[in-house]
Amino acid sequence: MGHGGGGTLSAELVEHLFAPAFGNDVLAELGDSARLPASGERLAFSTDSFVVRPLFFPGGSIGDLAVNGTVNDLAMSGARPLFLSCGFILEEGVELAVVGKVAEAFGAAARRAGVSVVTGDTKVVEAGHGDGVFINTAGIGRIPDGVDIHPRRARPGDVVLVSGAIGVHGVAIMSVREGLEFGVETESDTAPLGDLVADLLAACPDVHVLRDPTRGGLAATLNEIASASGVGVALEEHALPVPDTVANACAFLGLDPLYVANEGKLVAFVPPDRADVCLAALRAHPLGKEAVAIGHCVPDHPGMVVSATGLGGTRVVDMPLGEQLPRIC
Amino acid sequence: MKYLDEFNDPVLARHLFDDIRALTTQPWSLMEVCGGQTHSIIRHGIDQLLPEEIQLIHGPGCPVCVTPLEIIDKALEIASRPEVVFCSFGDMLRVPGSGRDLFQVKSEGGDVRVVYSPLDALRIAQDNPDRQVVFFGIGFETTAPPNAMTVYQAKKLGITNFSLLVSHVRVPPAIDAIMNSPDCRVQAFLAAGHVCTVMGTAEYPELAERHKVPIVVTGFEPLDILEGIRRAVRQLEAGRHVVENAYPRAVQPGGSPAAKAMLADVFEVTDRSWRGIGMIPRSGWRLSSRYRDYDAEHRFSVSGIDTQESTVCRSGEVLQGLIKPHECAAFGKQCTPRNPLGATMVSSEGACAAYYLYRRLQVPSTQEASSVG
Repeated sequence: MGHGGGGTLSAELVEHLFAPAFGNDVLAELGDSARLPASGERLAFSTDSFVVRPLFFPGGSIGDLAVNGTVNDLAMSGARPLFLSCGFILEEGVELAVVGKVAEAFGAAARRAGVSVVTGDTKVVEAGHGDGVFINTAGIGRIPDGVDIHPRRARPGDVVLVSGAIGVHGVAIMSVREGLEFGVETESDTAPLGDLVADLLAACPDVHVLRDPTRGGLAATLNEIASASGVGVALEEHALPVPDTVANACAFLGLDPLYVANEGKLVAFVPPDRADVCLAALRAHPLGKEAVAIGHCVPDHPGMVVSATGLGGTRVVDMPLGEQLPRIC
Repeated sequence: MKYLDEFNDPVLARHLFDDIRALTTQPWSLMEVCGGQTHSIIRHGIDQLLPEEIQLIHGPGCPVCVTPLEIIDKALEIASRPEVVFCSFGDMLRVPGSGRDLFQVKSEGGDVRVVYSPLDALRIAQDNPDRQVVFFGIGFETTAPPNAMTVYQAKKLGITNFSLLVSHVRVPPAIDAIMNSPDCRVQAFLAAGHVCTVMGTAEYPELAERHKVPIVVTGFEPLDILEGIRRAVRQLEAGRHVVENAYPRAVQPGGSPAAKAMLADVFEVTDRSWRGIGMIPRSGWRLSSRYRDYDAEHRFSVSGIDTQESTVCRSGEVLQGLIKPHECAAFGKQCTPRNPLGATMVSSEGACAAYYLYRRLQVPSTQEASSVG
């Protein structure tokens, strides 16, 4: 299970097993989507699979996630998402009403994201060989001219922005999956980020890196970028936008909000002289109105993320190994 | 946020750092007993901001770390049985036994489940009357009462397919053992606040007097820990050695009578082996004779376990405060959270894991404590 957690084990599976087996220059970039040259245009192409449990949760469903996940991976290369495929893998015995509800959510999410679902596939596996509904999506988008967004482009001095509250999706899922109640219901923040990215790029085409910090949370995302770019990331813990509900749930379970999954949020590495403009552009959009700067890139400790603690000390923010485990006491 | 932010306030922290600096005239070594305190100290960088005369020594209070290898191997054997649903808190799943861990048993087909309460395990037993449900009951005085209550409930409800694999340990005998060691460097203890919430403070005055050592009952948030350190240093500087309660919002001198009554009914004190440290007399609990039927070791007759500890791991010395994690030659090399040689590296409360996660890179502090805030 740890290999699906979005941390070190996931990265190793991709880098040491899949990438060498499939190897080519496009894949070797290991961005959220592949950048393809196509007769004068640049296309982005991405795929993702969705195995979330439960299928429906506060604020969304597996249908929303399957659309938004791939749409956002496209957006993280600066692309305008255009077309989507969907592959449904259904477990024998799952009720058609449930599949119908997922399909409706899928369609609604696609309309909201402004993408067309143009091809698909359905398979049924024997009872006991699935978990109700699994979905795979693949998507294609177009990268505007002058945009060059890539995990290796972070530079010392770059300002690190996050588009809003962190840890919300992970806590929402945990609350329903484990039957935990934290006083206030938390809804998943799943949302399509294509428009938000378009607004950001309109204000500043020279965004260096974009990433949506999903599995493995903000910590995994920042470590991946630090490692790919060979820069250090210096975080300010007091600046992290952690809502009370997330902080309470994490304190209760012994988890760190930096490692909890997000949806509908992006991290941007931008040139220091354009940071204020980028922040204003994010805040002008409903999905980025709580955007803040959380740190900057430094030449020290290349490949590592180091946070200033609230008291004035420092700590390394490491890549998670696999899934976070709640502590005993 | 009430109960979180107010015990993490940088301005109040600065005052406490200033007080500690003003009190300190010579080197002192303080042991925080609990792994949760160690985690908080390293996570917030408290050790970096204290005067250099104050040395914090990390104690044995990580329940995952001190669970003996033999018990973990027994857990692995029981969890591998097809008729068993094996339930555990999350952080036990990655703890290495002699050859593998519970995650591996799960991936090989064992029915291993993470639960958030022992009562969840009891519910699984009720829902699966044809399976044997085993809960891994480890930890200190903090986790023992709910585990005791679950066994009590199982008996009351007549649920016969539930049992407990017990490895509970008690803090006061461990403090005594540390102070009796000829290599002991500890001059004061920050006692674990949540342990005292259950048990009260009655066991500590005799220890403080016999070993001439201040014992300050301390909480887990940054300001709690700083207040505990301040009071311990104040006693050391004044040549005093009494028990103080720096965690009064949670700890009553008598502890929790209901929890203690439940413990007394279900458990009895026994000698217990601590991983990395060895046998400490009267330092553990086992199910009392009235509840022997609910003892998983008894039910599954697990014996003949041949344990194999790493020959290079020095976690035992780390647990006794004799060395710091990075003083072990294997730290960060052969031994990482990915490939832990000892439990102090695998548990998130373990001192080695805390050093690896938060202190791998020694970044010089750019701010003096007096400028915090």
